[in-house]
Amino acid sequence: MIEQVLHTLPQVLIDGLALGAVYAIVALGYTMVYGILELINFAHGEIFMTGAFVGTAILLTFSGLGWITSMPAIITLVLVLIVTSVLTGLLGMGIERVAYRPLRNAPKLITLITAIGISFLLQDLVRFITELKNGNYILTGPNLFNKQIGIEASSILSVFNDASVKSSFFIVLGVAIVMMITLDFFVNRTKWGMAMRAVAQDRETAALMTVNVNKVIALTFFIGSALGGATGVLFAVQYGTIDPYIGFILGLKAFTAAVLGGIGNIRGAMFGGILIGLLEMFAAANLPIVSHGVLGAEYKDVFAFAILIIVLIFKPEGLFGKVTVEKV
Amino acid sequence: MSLLRLENINTFYGGIHALKGVTLEVNEGEIVTLIGSNGAGKSTTLKTISGQVKPKSGTILYNGKDITNTPPHVTAFDGIAHVPEGRRIFPRLTVKENLEMGAFSVKDRKVIEERMERVFHYFPKIKERLHQKGGTMSGGEQQMLAIGRALMMQPKLLMLDEPSMGLAPIIVEQIFEIIHELNEEGMTILLVEQNAFQALQIAHRGYVIQTGEIVMTGPGQELLVNEQVREAYLA
Repeated sequence: MIEQVLHTLPQVLIDGLALGAVYAIVALGYTMVYGILELINFAHGEIFMTGAFVGTAILLTFSGLGWITSMPAIITLVLVLIVTSVLTGLLGMGIERVAYRPLRNAPKLITLITAIGISFLLQDLVRFITELKNGNYILTGPNLFNKQIGIEASSILSVFNDASVKSSFFIVLGVAIVMMITLDFFVNRTKWGMAMRAVAQDRETAALMTVNVNKVIALTFFIGSALGGATGVLFAVQYGTIDPYIGFILGLKAFTAAVLGGIGNIRGAMFGGILIGLLEMFAAANLPIVSHGVLGAEYKDVFAFAILIIVLIFKPEGLFGKVTVEKV
Repeated sequence: MSLLRLENINTFYGGIHALKGVTLEVNEGEIVTLIGSNGAGKSTTLKTISGQVKPKSGTILYNGKDITNTPPHVTAFDGIAHVPEGRRIFPRLTVKENLEMGAFSVKDRKVIEERMERVFHYFPKIKERLHQKGGTMSGGEQQMLAIGRALMMQPKLLMLDEPSMGLAPIIVEQIFEIIHELNEEGMTILLVEQNAFQALQIAHRGYVIQTGEIVMTGPGQELLVNEQVREAYLA
């Protein structure tokens, strides 16, 4: 049995890393907004989904114009990433302005329900527009990076099976890492990043330091949503087919990743995302083997959410979180 | 000339009438203290000035300009530094970052460095702890950092909300000395205190507030010997 698990390990690691990188960046959006507003922005999964659709729509337009073949794929991708992240960033900022800011002083539950409402709204809006334009709400984009690359893992250790990777894997992972490093630098090393942390720790006092708190919150939503939207593009590039409901489960898992890393903690979210991605792929590959076929690969979702429950029971502050003392 | 003037300010917290027609004045170069017991409206007065709480009626004039409904980040930008009750250090920012937050509106790196040096002159201890997280410091050090952070703004008016709260007497002594020193060098100060004795000793003028109303005002030394004040706040 162990041998069988080891056979698939190289492939599991590769697929897990790609998925984990996606979770990690979406988790960043949850954790940033939670850190600053103590709001679980359930619409964030839908921002990711919207990004996937916007990106695919741009790619389809490009390919209609015949640009895809005439431009290097990487330049096309960078272009699409930039346009999409600006658009979804503005979308996130708009949502905050219209839906959350008027509720800034309302009980948390009300804002949470609003977030769920926004999430449904975005799903249906995207579905409506896609059906109108396309006749079908499931969309398959052009394949930018579809070269299969074989990795001879068996030459490292004979028990491993060879793995294969789509070339998009390297793109997804590379872009994800660049985004994470950039965000980490921004938050920890720049003036506005410092203002963001200050607002998260004590909004009232930050305002006394001449910080325009509304501006900082808007900026947080812009960055979180821009990253989320860009990740949607990466998802579409890696997995090809998208529908308006991809944001729901993926959002929940990214949220799980954020909780796992300690919600509000940016590095924690990155780590949690990668870990959930790896665990999920590991479960998908090995559950049928370990359970002798009783549990199918589709139980991987149960696996991810079982982690959420276990973390909430035994370490509710997350792996990197700090225990918060309720102020009286 | 009066730097700050509150005229007939009424502030409410929901249904509670917290400030009932407060009128007070701070002249340039003065230390003015506002004393009173717990819940009398001292902090509310400062919060109303800095814009954290909006008054229902009345006007606040600062430097001849109406700032009654100005939000806090703008009053701060205009030169009013508010050191809030309980110090409110950013606990997970380093001491240095806390100071830098005070100079958030300053773009010139050199100006920030100069101001920081000046803060170190008043509070040499802060310099030793620059890379420590703000939340790990003792109460007295946090108070010094809170004042230092406000000085980073190079304000025209420094408002201090109970700087002596919860501190050992020797630290309180040090902090009042520095407040006095800052004033000697020209800083205008509005000092809110429960520790009436200490506050009145260094203040040019004082106001006594009781359940949201100013009940008495006069020079610091005069209030210090006033029978009613002695009985209520200095006993």
